[in-house]
Amino acid sequence: MAYSEKVIDHYSNPRNIGTLNKEESNVGTGLVGAPECGDVMRLQIQVNEESGIIEDAKFKTFGCGSAIASSSLATEWLKGKTVQEAMEIDNMAIVEELALPPVKIHCSVLAEDAIKTAINDYRTKQGLEAIV
Amino acid sequence: MLSFPIYLDNNATTPMDPRVLEAMLPYFNSKFGNAASRNHAFGWTAEEAVDYAREQVAKLINANPKEIIFTSGATEADNLAIKGVYEMYARKGNHIITVNTEHKAVLDSCKHIEKMGGEVTYLSPNEDGLINLSDLEAAITPKTILISIMYGNNEIGVLQPIEDISAIARKHNVLLHTDATQAVGKVPVDVNAQNIDLMSFTAHKMYGPKGVGALYVRRKNPRVKVTSQLDGGGHERGMRSGTLNVPGIVGFGKACEISMNEMAEEAEKLSKMRDRLESELLHIEESYVNGNTDHRLPHVANISFKHVEGEGLMMGIKDLAVSSGSACTSASLEPSYVLKNLGLDDDLAHSSLRFGLGRYTTDEEIDFAINHVKTAVHKLRDMSPLWEMFKEGIDLKSVEWQEH
Repeated sequence: MAYSEKVIDHYSNPRNIGTLNKEESNVGTGLVGAPECGDVMRLQIQVNEESGIIEDAKFKTFGCGSAIASSSLATEWLKGKTVQEAMEIDNMAIVEELALPPVKIHCSVLAEDAIKTAINDYRTKQGLEAIV
Repeated sequence: MLSFPIYLDNNATTPMDPRVLEAMLPYFNSKFGNAASRNHAFGWTAEEAVDYAREQVAKLINANPKEIIFTSGATEADNLAIKGVYEMYARKGNHIITVNTEHKAVLDSCKHIEKMGGEVTYLSPNEDGLINLSDLEAAITPKTILISIMYGNNEIGVLQPIEDISAIARKHNVLLHTDATQAVGKVPVDVNAQNIDLMSFTAHKMYGPKGVGALYVRRKNPRVKVTSQLDGGGHERGMRSGTLNVPGIVGFGKACEISMNEMAEEAEKLSKMRDRLESELLHIEESYVNGNTDHRLPHVANISFKHVEGEGLMMGIKDLAVSSGSACTSASLEPSYVLKNLGLDDDLAHSSLRFGLGRYTTDEEIDFAINHVKTAVHKLRDMSPLWEMFKEGIDLKSVEWQEH
C-alpha cells in the first residue's frame, strides 16, 4: 500500500516527539490503544492555566506510519489552540489532511481519542468535569 | 554497488536464474508444441522436453520420474494431495492430521474436507515450531488416512523431523503428505530415504518460473493414488488434466538441476550470511528469534523487536523488501497466525520481520540490512510509548489498555 506524501513526511520527520511531566497540574495525558491491536498513542498537552491555550504538545506512538503521522499532526494542530478549540478536532479532518485510506481511518479515530483523553485528564486535574 | 530496495523476501518468491530463463525461451515460440500431440514433431519435441524435465525434477528428490505430477504450483499440489487422498481413500477412513502452522493451502483444504464431512485434527507445535511426535501418534485413529505436515515452515523456516513423522505414519499404515515448498532445492530431500508418500513443491521458490509446481505421488510401497480434482484430457496419469505448461516445466527442470548441483555450497554460504545477520540484529535490546534455530532452513531468519510495531518498522526499512508478521495492512488487525500458534503474544507477533536470503544475496547487502534495521528500530523505540514504559520498569501486561 502506498502512503501519501504527508504521511511519509510526518513519519520521517515527526513533530513534537517527547514526554511532558505528567505529574504537573497543567499537563494532560492521553494514552489510548492497546499493544495487541498494534497501536498505542500517548498524547500530552501543556496548558497555560490563565489563558487556557495549549502551549506545548508532545506525543509518542507505537504503531504504523499512519498512526505516527496522525499523532504527529495532532500535536501540530493542538499547539496554540485553546482547550475548547482542541475539543473540536475531528478525526475526519486528520483523514483528509493525511489522505488516509479507509483501512487507516482507525488511526485518526485513535488520535481524536488521544486528544479528548488528554483534555479530560487536564480538566480532571483542574477540578473540572470530564467532557464526553 | 547496492541497488534498492534490497530483496530479502526469498520465501515469498525468488528471482529466476538466467540459466533457467535461457532453457525456457525456445519453448515459447519455436518449440511451442503441445506435449500431448502424438501425431507430429511439434508434439514430440515438447514431450521430450517434458520427459527430460520430469527426470531433472525427480532426481532432485530421488523419485522415479513417473511419480511426478506437474501442477500449476504448490497450492494446487496441496489441494490435490489432501482432497485427492480424502476422496480416493474414503472407504478406509475420513480423518486427517495436520498442524496449525501449515500454509493456508493445506489448512484451507482441510477446512474444505471438514465441510464435506471429514474430520481433521490440527496439532499445535511447541513454542519453537516443532511438533510433538507423541501428540502426532496419539492423534492417529483407525479412521486416519493422511498426515499432512510441512517440511520447512514458510514464516520461521523450522524443519519438522520428517523421518520420525514418516516412521509413525508407516507404523500406523497412514499416508504422509508434506508441503515441501520451502525446502526442496534448499536442503536435501529424499522421498525414499525419508518415506514420504506425497510431496508438494514449486518452481518459483527455487529460482524457477511461477505457475508451475509438482506433486510427488509414490508408486511403490505403497502405491498411492489420488482422485483428480480437474477433469479433462487425463494428463499426468489421469491425476491432473490440462495441457502441460511446457516452458514452465522445462524451467522447473532446469531449476531443479541447478539446485541439485549447487545446493550444498549455496546452503553453506547462505547460512553463514543468515547467522551473521541474525547475531548482529540480536544485539539490539529485546529482540528475539522465532522458531527453533537448530532445525531450520539455511536462508531464513524470523526476528521480533519488542515494542516496535511491524508495519511502522517496515516503513522505516523501506530500502529492504522483507515480510512482516503484522497484518495491519489488511482490514483485519490479526498478526501472523503461525507466530500466534507458537504462543507468541500479539505484540511480539506484530513486531516480527522475516528475512529470506537467496542465491543473489551479497555480504554488502547484509551489511546494509543490519544497519538499516538497527537504525529503524532505534528510531521507532525513541518514539514508542511502550518502550518508554518498559524502560521505566512498568509491566505492560498490568496496564489497563483502552482497546478500540
